[in-house]
Amino acid sequence: MKRIYVNEQWCLGCHLCEYNCAFANTNSENKCRENDMAKALKNKVINPRIRIEEKDDIHFAVSCRHCEDPLCVKGCIAGALSIVDGVINIDQDKCVGCYTCILSCPYGAIMPADSGSVIQKCELCTKNSCGEPACVKGCPNNAIVFEER
Amino acid sequence: MNYVIIGNSAAAVGCIEGIRRFDKENPITVVSDEKYHTYSRPLISYLLYGKTDEERMKYRPDSFYKDNNVNTVLGKKAVSINKEEKEVVLEDNTKIKYDRLLVATGSRPFVPPMEGLDKVKKKFTFMTLDDAKGLESAISSKSNVLVIGAGLIGLKCVEGILDKVKSVTVVDLAERILPSILDEKGSALVQRHIEEKGVKFILGTSAAKLTANSAELKNGEKVDFDVLVVAVGVRPNKELIKDAGGEVRKGIVTNEFCKTSLPHVYAAGDCTESYDTVTGENRILALLPNAYMQGETAGYHMTGSEKPYDKAIAMNAIGFFGYHVITAGSYDGEEIVTEDGENYKKLVVKDNLLKGYIMIGDVARAGIYTKLIREKIPLDSIDFELIKEKPQLMAFSRADREQQLGGAH
Repeated sequence: MKRIYVNEQWCLGCHLCEYNCAFANTNSENKCRENDMAKALKNKVINPRIRIEEKDDIHFAVSCRHCEDPLCVKGCIAGALSIVDGVINIDQDKCVGCYTCILSCPYGAIMPADSGSVIQKCELCTKNSCGEPACVKGCPNNAIVFEER
Repeated sequence: MNYVIIGNSAAAVGCIEGIRRFDKENPITVVSDEKYHTYSRPLISYLLYGKTDEERMKYRPDSFYKDNNVNTVLGKKAVSINKEEKEVVLEDNTKIKYDRLLVATGSRPFVPPMEGLDKVKKKFTFMTLDDAKGLESAISSKSNVLVIGAGLIGLKCVEGILDKVKSVTVVDLAERILPSILDEKGSALVQRHIEEKGVKFILGTSAAKLTANSAELKNGEKVDFDVLVVAVGVRPNKELIKDAGGEVRKGIVTNEFCKTSLPHVYAAGDCTESYDTVTGENRILALLPNAYMQGETAGYHMTGSEKPYDKAIAMNAIGFFGYHVITAGSYDGEEIVTEDGENYKKLVVKDNLLKGYIMIGDVARAGIYTKLIREKIPLDSIDFELIKEKPQLMAFSRADREQQLGGAH
């Protein structure tokens, strides 16, 4: 299955992936159309599903690994997390925001959604109109790639 | 090969999914004394809180049993196991043959003897969907509710009903709330938050005597109530195994493949003891993730696949009125505390390992700490100063990070 992988040595720490992620997952009707990004995100605190960690000259992006043996899915008390064709999917309608998945995820890749009452996570842009992960598409340096390994 | 499962909650579902990973063919039968499609018991408080409903709190989709070729026998209690005949006997004397059996019978509320309890008309425990429905129908905006027990179950119940009733008073023998998962400071912070929502706590005392509508406490106070909820603790349902001659202690004893001492019989979930990899003790870890993973391990082993479950740890994620608490491991060791009045974090370190933690308020990325505990990662192999600051992958070496982020796990 294709997953997102990180080439840490090429990451500039530009945070574009975070913006592209946040934009791809806004409720705007024109998802993934670059010309609307400023309108959608200007002066907003974004809550992306991919996050850059950085310190000194080290930068890298972290998002859901879509584990084959996912602790978040096994531990979900609501049955809200499931594996759909290899992609770990969150049903926000079932989620009650207990955060057992945040307790369980060894990558720290699950976070509260803006509402604070359910969680959100990377679903490889399968639920928006991007087609393929927006973070990868917009990465200027191939520091995040979407491929089979 | 006939697989039979007694129970229909997390451990049972884990077992079904574990079996079906390797065996798509042989029939599975689920027996439960509850009549419902598998639902999430921890969600009953959210049901009352209005954050879910009966449809959404189903633990798996409606097609789950059909998709997994599972026969269900619901609304019938299993009363004994005949290990010689390899059959389960139900309350109506029906017998179900098994080749592999999982006992996932969970636990039941413990109601201590209290003088006058029989005089109380509206009294509830808080464990099952029927408990929640009963409580919901008994309360109104005029109700004064007394909850005995300031543990996880009692306080989630409080959260669920607070907006629907006139008042809630919580009484507990312990001096502080949630003593099983929090330290004193953490208990105080969470108590303050719940008190600010209008809940009254009377701690360090218990009910000496109950009448139909009031409780006399041992400290001399009197609490009037219309509805009583007793949530002082639970007891594992281990009798089926015990009566069949299997080994039990506080809970059912199982090995690393979740097998009991009876041939072909497994057990998983709140009715069992687990080997706590942090403390090295066998203890009951009544946690949904643990139940699921024990059930799954049993399921694997029933099909002949050996994948031990040896990473059980105590862990809890819980929130009250939007204030979140995540804890894991044990608190025996050197403490590193950071706090700012609203957020609280305690890391517990011993023998070059992270043994436990408490995070309250800001719980972001807590799972990175859980991983350090579960995987017993030597702290001198990571940048501990960075980990102390916050959970982050930056604390690991680049090579380790490449491994973590570079493959599928």
